[in-house]
Amino acid sequence: MTSKAVSQSRPRNAHKSSETLQSILLHILMTLGALLFIAPLYLMLVYATHPDNGIYSGALWFGSEAVNNFKNLQADTNFLKATFNSLMIAVLYTTVSLLFTSMAGFAFTKYEFVGKNFWFGLILATIAIPAFVTIIPQYIMVARDFHLTNTYWAVILPGLANTVGIFYMRQTFQGVHNDLLNAARIDGASEFRVFWQIALPVVRPSLAALAILLFLASWNDYLWPLLVLNNKDAYTIPVALGTLVGLTRVSWGGIMMGTAISTMPFLILFMLAQRHIVAGVAGGSVKG
Amino acid sequence: MPYLLIFLVFWAYPLVRSLLDSFDDSRILGFSFNTTNWTRLFSDPFFLTALKNTLFIMVIQVPVMLALAVGLAVALNSGVLKAKGFYRFAFFAPLVVGTTAYSAIFRLIFNTQYGAVNQGLNAIGIASVDWLNQPGPAMAVIMMAITWRWAGYNAILILAGLQSIGQEVYEAAALDGASKTTTFFRITLPLLRPSILFCLVISVFGTLQLFTEPALITASGPGNATMTLGTYLYQQGFRSFNFGYASAIAYGVAILGAVVSWIQLKVLGGDNT
Repeated sequence: MTSKAVSQSRPRNAHKSSETLQSILLHILMTLGALLFIAPLYLMLVYATHPDNGIYSGALWFGSEAVNNFKNLQADTNFLKATFNSLMIAVLYTTVSLLFTSMAGFAFTKYEFVGKNFWFGLILATIAIPAFVTIIPQYIMVARDFHLTNTYWAVILPGLANTVGIFYMRQTFQGVHNDLLNAARIDGASEFRVFWQIALPVVRPSLAALAILLFLASWNDYLWPLLVLNNKDAYTIPVALGTLVGLTRVSWGGIMMGTAISTMPFLILFMLAQRHIVAGVAGGSVKG
Repeated sequence: MPYLLIFLVFWAYPLVRSLLDSFDDSRILGFSFNTTNWTRLFSDPFFLTALKNTLFIMVIQVPVMLALAVGLAVALNSGVLKAKGFYRFAFFAPLVVGTTAYSAIFRLIFNTQYGAVNQGLNAIGIASVDWLNQPGPAMAVIMMAITWRWAGYNAILILAGLQSIGQEVYEAAALDGASKTTTFFRITLPLLRPSILFCLVISVFGTLQLFTEPALITASGPGNATMTLGTYLYQQGFRSFNFGYASAIAYGVAILGAVVSWIQLKVLGGDNT
């Protein structure tokens, strides 16, 4: 290690104490930073259990108004329906998107077909284009041409053209040996079975990581659902919360309850599966 | 290939359609080639304000956040740091929080009368700041919110880059008697360049499309002090339903993105990318 080698050129004690000091400073700095980073989430949880006057007077510990806050929230937004919508959309989106991106990723790594490089180049090129560019025609198409406003598919469809996901799956399948696939083919497996029963199980960890990211992205998406959903009963959680935040007379306790409900499952999941999520985030960025 | 079909319908087609729309004068029925949207863009004071605000965030917030992310990654990778699980959780937890959720939290805790931030400031003897109703502080809140949400994400990416650097490089440096500071600036940073560049590119793209935070925390205000290209596009496209002009704004964003990425690659990319 660096420090050991450096220490040879200095008196042993002086070095030791300066290293301890540095370590203490590092811990103090990191702890302060960590508290600062957790504070908004902690306050969210605390506020979710207080009536508004408790929030205004600076509550720092949990209160007893959680149930009332939820009732307010439900009255303001039909939050249960929004939660159900968010769940349905996120599950549908994740499932279909995983299927599409893995199939496309598999095809791009393991098959030869006409225009393969052209298509892949085109897909890669669009990764670098801000999603904003397509949002207006997408909106016109989904809302006016297909008449899908206020449906689950309106929210899901445009996101299925997931360019980052296909790139990620292509990277993943490149790590699967052709020998394994060919062995299955020699045994008489159909191409679909080769994909479904041989290739997919091998890449399960990557699929899981991608699934978490897709689910989260869908669960937290705001702008697009805001555009294609305009009926209270069709709202997802972010849209429902968004309508409350801008209002002047509003139950903050209720809003904090809503943000807590939409955030807590993932905070817990994150605590449990930190490694996989972090690996997924890092893996998604690996360049070819 | 269902994917290619979806891709064509929902990506390739809108891309072309949007370009056409930007040259279409919406006051005339049917398509007519016209550059009014584009000429309007460059003389529109609101667009220029949005552009200025977006560039401001890009130039101030993005580098600060990336420096923070590098510091975090190095600290989390350090051998002397104990209780890594706790720190990782604290700094990476914002990663799972949705933009609407944290925008709501930030709007509440930065409230002038009863927000937790001002209460905290008062407690240590500092007067309240009217965070959301003054241009400068409002911009600061937006930038703090984005930094809070994304610093951990970038730190993960940089941490991954950090861990892919072989130990032998550091051993060699140590043998040559290089100090920690020298090692960091002469070895670690240059080897991290691809990771940092990647973070820079995605952060810049994120900034160009910034919408939820200014929309929900400050409602683009006070005045138009925190209006971004994202909120202006939304206003033109989906409040005024001026699709042609909004398309021109959208392509303006894309062109800006292309130019900025190109500069980044030229300045920082070198032979590594």
